[in-house]
Amino acid sequence: MSAAVTRVPRIAALLGLFIFLLVRPAPLRAQWNDPYPAADGNRNILYAAFMERPKRLDPAQAYSADEYAFISQIYEPPFEYQYLLRPYTLVPLTARALPQPVYLDRHGRRLPADASSGRIAYSVYTIRIRRGIMYQPHPCFARDASGKYLYQSLTRAQLKGVRTISAFRHTGTRELVAADYVYEIKRLASPWIHSPLYSVLSHYIVGFRRFAHTAARLRAALPKVDGKPPYIDLGRIPMAGVKVLGRYTYSITIRGKYPQFLYWMAMPFFAPMPPEADHFFSQPGMARRDLTLNWYPVGTGPYMLTVNDPNREMVLERNPNYHPDFYPRRGEPSDVRLGLLKDAGKRLPFIKRVVFSLEKEGIPYWDKFLQGYYDESAISAESFNQVVHFTPGGEAQLTPSMRAKGMRLVTGVAPSIFYYGFNMLDPVVGGYSQRSRRLRRAISIAIDTQQYISIFRNGRGLPAQGPVPPGIFGYEPGCAGRDPYVYDCVDGRIQRKPIATARRLLAEAGYPDGRDERTGKPLLLYYDTAETGPEAKANMDWMRKQFRKLNIQLVVRATDYNRFQAKMRRGEEQIFAWGWSADYPDPENFLFLLYGPNSEVGGNGENAANYNNPEFNRLFNRMRNMENTPAREAIIRRMVGMVQRDAPWVWGFNPMEFRLHQAWVFNVKPNYMANNDLKYLRIDPALRAADQKAWNRPVIWPLWVILGLLVVMVLPAVFVYRQKERRSAL
Amino acid sequence: MIAYIIRRILYAIPILIGVNLLTFVLFFLVNSPNDMARFHLGMKRVTPQAIAEWKAEHGYDAPLLYNSAASGVKKLTQTIFFQHSVKLFVFDFGGSDDGRDIGYDIRQRMWPSLAIQLPTFVVGLAVYISVALMMVFFRGTYLDTGGVVLAVVLMSISMLFYVIGGQYLFSKVLRLVPISGYDSGLSAIKFVILPIAIGVISGVGSSVRLYRTFFLEESGKDYVRTARAKGLSEIRVLFRHVLKNAMIPILTGVVVVIPSLFIGSLILESFFGIPGLGSYTIDAIRSQDFGIVHAMVFLGSVLYIVGLILTDISYTLVDPRVRLG
Repeated sequence: MSAAVTRVPRIAALLGLFIFLLVRPAPLRAQWNDPYPAADGNRNILYAAFMERPKRLDPAQAYSADEYAFISQIYEPPFEYQYLLRPYTLVPLTARALPQPVYLDRHGRRLPADASSGRIAYSVYTIRIRRGIMYQPHPCFARDASGKYLYQSLTRAQLKGVRTISAFRHTGTRELVAADYVYEIKRLASPWIHSPLYSVLSHYIVGFRRFAHTAARLRAALPKVDGKPPYIDLGRIPMAGVKVLGRYTYSITIRGKYPQFLYWMAMPFFAPMPPEADHFFSQPGMARRDLTLNWYPVGTGPYMLTVNDPNREMVLERNPNYHPDFYPRRGEPSDVRLGLLKDAGKRLPFIKRVVFSLEKEGIPYWDKFLQGYYDESAISAESFNQVVHFTPGGEAQLTPSMRAKGMRLVTGVAPSIFYYGFNMLDPVVGGYSQRSRRLRRAISIAIDTQQYISIFRNGRGLPAQGPVPPGIFGYEPGCAGRDPYVYDCVDGRIQRKPIATARRLLAEAGYPDGRDERTGKPLLLYYDTAETGPEAKANMDWMRKQFRKLNIQLVVRATDYNRFQAKMRRGEEQIFAWGWSADYPDPENFLFLLYGPNSEVGGNGENAANYNNPEFNRLFNRMRNMENTPAREAIIRRMVGMVQRDAPWVWGFNPMEFRLHQAWVFNVKPNYMANNDLKYLRIDPALRAADQKAWNRPVIWPLWVILGLLVVMVLPAVFVYRQKERRSAL
Repeated sequence: MIAYIIRRILYAIPILIGVNLLTFVLFFLVNSPNDMARFHLGMKRVTPQAIAEWKAEHGYDAPLLYNSAASGVKKLTQTIFFQHSVKLFVFDFGGSDDGRDIGYDIRQRMWPSLAIQLPTFVVGLAVYISVALMMVFFRGTYLDTGGVVLAVVLMSISMLFYVIGGQYLFSKVLRLVPISGYDSGLSAIKFVILPIAIGVISGVGSSVRLYRTFFLEESGKDYVRTARAKGLSEIRVLFRHVLKNAMIPILTGVVVVIPSLFIGSLILESFFGIPGLGSYTIDAIRSQDFGIVHAMVFLGSVLYIVGLILTDISYTLVDPRVRLG
């Protein structure tokens, strides 16, 4: 027998030992598939996932939901949205109270609070912040025994080998002061920061644009360090409209009356920025080592970012210096029933640590949620039927298997709108003639939004009736708020007009049976979209089908996003799909999407349909500065009526969000304005540990079966081999 | 041999310039500097002024390939292509368009990629060669035929199926390993076992069939018959003689991929949450980050050239008749 054959039993024995070691009875931990360290099993940690890496964490630049998910827990603007109350209500966060604006005429004389908008030249907001609020521990504040900053004049030698903020051994803190808020507003005006709010604020804040020019000029005059402009102390450059009035008080003067300004001030753009942090990160060599404000936020909020590895995980830890903050005592009546007021008055935040893991694919994310390794999850279209079913009354409910796991479904209509737009500059679908209106209305009736919601969104959406979504002042629910050109009211329910109506409108528009009555040629329309790839095909087929109801031929011009945007900027599109999510809960933030001077073509604005109705524009200018009064509501109704008549958009839908939470997560209420919601959440780690253990017992026997099969497969081979080796040559 | 290697390195320079140029042209055919600025500044409320400033700060305000406004050699050097390419040749990858140090990111991300790719490569090679040799040993029997059929079936299945199926069976149903995630050090083992196993199994079909062909070709040669006539065991014949002589075609396909192991696997890393380099380039293409795309394509080209040179060197190691000159 050859040596190799004698080795076979030895190899098999080693293999068996290896597999035994692999599948031996589990030691202390019951879950082999636990992706987290065993020691964290019973700790007060929330586990969440992110699918897109946040690009910017600098509060002057961040503007997307991916970014706000993190920075809203770290930075604190002066105001926040009350977590439980609806409609959305601003309350002080670091401020002592909501400021009442002081109105001035153009000579600087004080006007009464009820002065008409036309007389108001300036509004002055004076914000008083609370004392004793401290920043998170950070090396930018670290000082030695003599009070000298440790890390504000770093040398190359000191920076050698430093790649993360934790490399700085010492940290410090200091009290939040009004000057920090002013400093951040000056950062928003600094051209090199590229804040997306620059254009908006430059219209309102007095001296904003001048400050930008001055700061840019002064910075350019400074000698460069390592080829880059050095730090410039923005605090020394005055901005006429933004002043520090005292250690805890600052004021902002804006042009005219603009009540929505307070909403902007509840966003992280207006969070405080300590100049020490800006200076710390501006030192030569820091950016080259990826030590920037975009990577390491410095705030006063309930959490601080301690691990920033967006390719793997991001970790928020409770800020040990967080100021007293308490769970709200007031809520909606239903909040008591839902147990959302059980923690009323308790100190925030509840959770000690939040671990966000990168999950690029939906399947692993969902499976880990089902195993209890994520505390909350959205519901993908593929899993929807496994999770949710609708009652005959249309109410969404969890399936029994999900209920058995104790999961909770939280739904809400987001203050967003997805719509199909017509380019009003287009000679066929655009314009304001009766003919073009009828064409657009016919198409609006033909595109069955409800069907789209059913097919592509599992019923998660409400057909929109106008530009203002539910939850925003001016939205009118029910039959009264319907678009009367597209919907009928039948037995108190909104119902899309029959397709015969659309065909009649099309004929009246000069296209009987989808043909141009002047030329006899079929009506050919173009739909521009940035949706490409196989997954978009079903969507496009559905879209073509909607137009075929009217015998209109639809040509889909799918292109990449860059080309699509370029077309939109040049006004070369005809029909397109677009969407908008609220920056703040005010109708102005939606109606401005149809404001003429805000047109995409020529105005570089957000009015993608290039709708320009002088009467609508006039009413918009009146409405935008008003308080939420019945008079304002009446104007909004008129404006909505106008756009329903002109039909520059097919209204599309307002998305409904469905989120699942595990049984051990409490105080969940969707708040689409408050991004700083982590501090309100509470978990029961013991319940989680028990459920994880019960749901994740390893199943070992199949490994033995696989081993057995391997042996069964190998033995005949060994037998044949031995036979072959023993066989004589003749 | 040293002269040969130097010559090959010199040949690589025009190849790398060509690859660079091609990458540049392809990238800017799809993305303009304005598009890049708009993407990096965010989708909402971007002003033309901010776009102009972003381009100036990131060096995208010059002409793409030819600066007609400049004089002399500056017509070529004061261009986006030159400014963004020249440093690559000294392996200074610079910063990504959002300011990150690309070299540092590559150094950080290549280890998780290697943690998957290296064991997959080594274990895979051992398994593929052993199974292929076994099939050669049982050639003409039902075991051989069954093995070939199984190999064809295995190579017909998409990698994605192996990944999703593997996660479903071993992580979700049997609950033996985490579905996704990563940790450093020894704690990484539980996260990498399944992707390694899937990486190995997904390659069994094609590799085993290929290697079987190589070995079959060798096993019919005279020296093999001589070895058998000498009374050597079949195992010895296969592993000592057939394998050694079939190494040249195997090395042609194997050594060239060794340097590219750093680059990782897009599908495995995305589904298993491995923070490697697999998705680095794809993410950069999606986010229109020319700095990263440029650097990664350059690095990929360099690694490929290194792989080819290593392949040539490896020939001399397994076949003394081969001389590099």
